[in-house]
Amino acid sequence: MDRNTRFRAGLREGLAFAVAAGVTGVSFGIVAQEAGLSQWAAIAMSLIVFAGSAQFTAVAIVASGGGAGTAVVAAALINSRFLPMGVALAQSLPGGPLRRGVQGQAVIDASWALANRGDGTFDRWRLFGATAVQYVGWGGGTIAGALGGSALGDPNSLGLDAVYPAFFVALLVHELRDGRARGVAALGALIALALVPFTPAGVPVLVASLAALVGLRRRAVAEAAA
Amino acid sequence: MSTATALIGGCAMVTVAIKAAGPAALGGRDLPAWFQSVVVLLAPALLAALVVTQTLAHDGHLHVGANAFGVLAGGIVAWRTGSVIGCVVVAAAVTAILRAV
Repeated sequence: MDRNTRFRAGLREGLAFAVAAGVTGVSFGIVAQEAGLSQWAAIAMSLIVFAGSAQFTAVAIVASGGGAGTAVVAAALINSRFLPMGVALAQSLPGGPLRRGVQGQAVIDASWALANRGDGTFDRWRLFGATAVQYVGWGGGTIAGALGGSALGDPNSLGLDAVYPAFFVALLVHELRDGRARGVAALGALIALALVPFTPAGVPVLVASLAALVGLRRRAVAEAAA
Repeated sequence: MSTATALIGGCAMVTVAIKAAGPAALGGRDLPAWFQSVVVLLAPALLAALVVTQTLAHDGHLHVGANAFGVLAGGIVAWRTGSVIGCVVVAAAVTAILRAV
């Protein structure tokens, strides 16, 4: 498939996530103003930072009287999961360090999972397409929420907080056909749950990525057998 | 500098740095085979962790609410049918219905 086809496939596959991001963006536009940001600051934050859960966490800290520094540290912890995602993606990006770093900005959860070919490589054009459409959804939703205000009801009453985890469950189920992946998923979930009560938000998911190191053990076993 | 400027600028800088770090540092050369076998397993590890934290973690506490049952129902649909949309619709519907009753 050429790059245009893959980019369009990314747009199409990312569309459902974009709708969810749009709804979530509307509530961010409202919540950010309740936290004391102007409507323009709320919009600028979504267009510049483009990281939903980190933005919600950061404005919640400011709203509860925390400083900008504390909020930025919390946002960094939430986004720390992009570190292992970027490590995984690195081999699939062409160009020098700067160009690869720029392409790495396209990493968000759903796009990274959609672009994953399952063999350790990633389809970067699918990644770009899926992220582009979600950027429009997230930015557009925030603009609507910031300017339109709270005419909309509570998104949680519609069960919309179940949308993102349900998407990830569907992507995860696809991974779980493989026995070793099942064990790693169970280990990752256990690590995350065990850490939730003791660490700041974001740390559980980052540490859970260490479950993938099971891949090392299997290789050692295979070599010993060979 | 206003709080909003510091907040937005700070969040933008840390996010860009985190996303750039892996690709800038590790691309462009062949990495050993063991690295690849770890990379393959990052998706199940991270997706599982995202699912349980987004569903069960609320402000540092674990709590089983309506959305947990919704996501569970969606997961069963995804497992049986392979449908992503079916999974999401069932998850949201079950969550909304449980909250309404």
